[in-house]
Amino acid sequence: MQKQQEKHMSKLKKYSVLGPVATTFTASDTGSWRLERPKVVFEDCIKCGICAQVCPVDIVEIRKDEKECVVFNFDYCKGCGICANECPKKCIMMVPERSEV
Amino acid sequence: MYDIQHESKGLVSHGVNACAGCGLELIARNTMEVLGENTIVVIPPGCGSLFSGYGAGAAMKLPGFQGNLENTAACAAGIRAALNAKGDKETTVLAFAGDGGTVDIGLQSLSGVMERRDKVLYICYDNEAYMNTGIQGSSSTPYQASTTTTPTGKPTERKSLMEIAIAHDIPYAATASIHNLRDFRRKVQKAKDTNGPSLIHIQTPCPTGWRYDPARSVELARLAVQTGAWILYEYENGKIKVNMKLKNLKSIEEYIKPQRRFRHLSQEDIEELQETVKKNYQRIMDRLEYMEGTV
Ligand SMILES: Cc1ncc(C[n+]2csc(CCOP(=O)(O)OP(=O)(O)O)c2C)c(N)n1
Ligand code: SF4
Ligand SMILES: [Mg+2]
Repeated sequence: MQKQQEKHMSKLKKYSVLGPVATTFTASDTGSWRLERPKVVFEDCIKCGICAQVCPVDIVEIRKDEKECVVFNFDYCKGCGICANECPKKCIMMVPERSEV
Repeated sequence: MYDIQHESKGLVSHGVNACAGCGLELIARNTMEVLGENTIVVIPPGCGSLFSGYGAGAAMKLPGFQGNLENTAACAAGIRAALNAKGDKETTVLAFAGDGGTVDIGLQSLSGVMERRDKVLYICYDNEAYMNTGIQGSSSTPYQASTTTTPTGKPTERKSLMEIAIAHDIPYAATASIHNLRDFRRKVQKAKDTNGPSLIHIQTPCPTGWRYDPARSVELARLAVQTGAWILYEYENGKIKVNMKLKNLKSIEEYIKPQRRFRHLSQEDIEELQETVKKNYQRIMDRLEYMEGTV
């Protein structure tokens, strides 16, 4: 691992750093882990934003003026279901990822 | 020098390899959001290090350093000293360690920071075992919880990190919970503004180690407070403040039933555990009330 990092660092001639150093800000493909996905019954949503606050991945967005007022970024949603569990109106369902619902 | 290959809302990447439903991920995001860009982070090995870096990639837009499990606080103190030498009083130095890295292995270096009055913000995210290496029991594992090193339930009570901090009489220490993020964020801000060492001890539900449905992380954090298994209070300039005094404690069964780490308990064991939790809650409340009165 040390060698791999040295190789990486030697490209950055300007800086001299010894040992492993992380120099890229990246993201893993956590959306591929998902077994169930959240699905909102938009008519029942009161736009309180609790689902967005408790999302560990921070990928829920509330769009107050749109009909589809809760938007998830499925590139990273792991499908943990905390949003559905905490929703005060219980209007988020977790549906199996491969179902047609 | 830093190569940004991913767009994120805040300072933390959206694709972090923490388990689905991990309480730590929620804590890390909220912490970094409150502290802002002018922060240097020290994270020891453990699940927290998923945020600081793996190989050439990192999941935070903050400068950081991964020390050893035993010296998180000492590394943070060193960074603080260097910043002070440069005349930089503004940058926050955050030490962000697990329970194993705090109450067991890193306790001596934390004690040093608290005694020397170094201006370091120390957050212990407490998932109540050594999760990253496969759920070994720590001295923060609660009474009766099953781990791979205590398969029939831990025979002893947990250590009280808060009382250790209070014994050092640091300017600010607090416990927190992920079910009340607003309260947690207020405490992080307060700790950041403290001139001296500050400590936040936050309970961190861990679906993998506690063995429950990941959807229930926040719910379990709430139940822990409502049953008296986790107590929310602050210690500020010698004064104690209990954030949530409960008239009636909920039955401990509500808290432990969803967690398979308590599955081995018989009805009798549960009743005994209930008594222990109640007694412990009362003991701490009595002590806190006594301290409220004397200082
Ligand atoms: C001195 C030392 N002993 C053991 C280890 C191996 N180790 C790496 S991470 C870890 C678990 C740390 O547990 P904790 O601090 O509670 O963090 P968590 O994994 O639960 O987030 C251990 C034991 C180490 N890195 N250093
Ligand atoms: S083992 Fe627990 S603390 Fe570690 S990433 Fe998974 S859920 Fe989070
Ligand atoms: Mg731990």
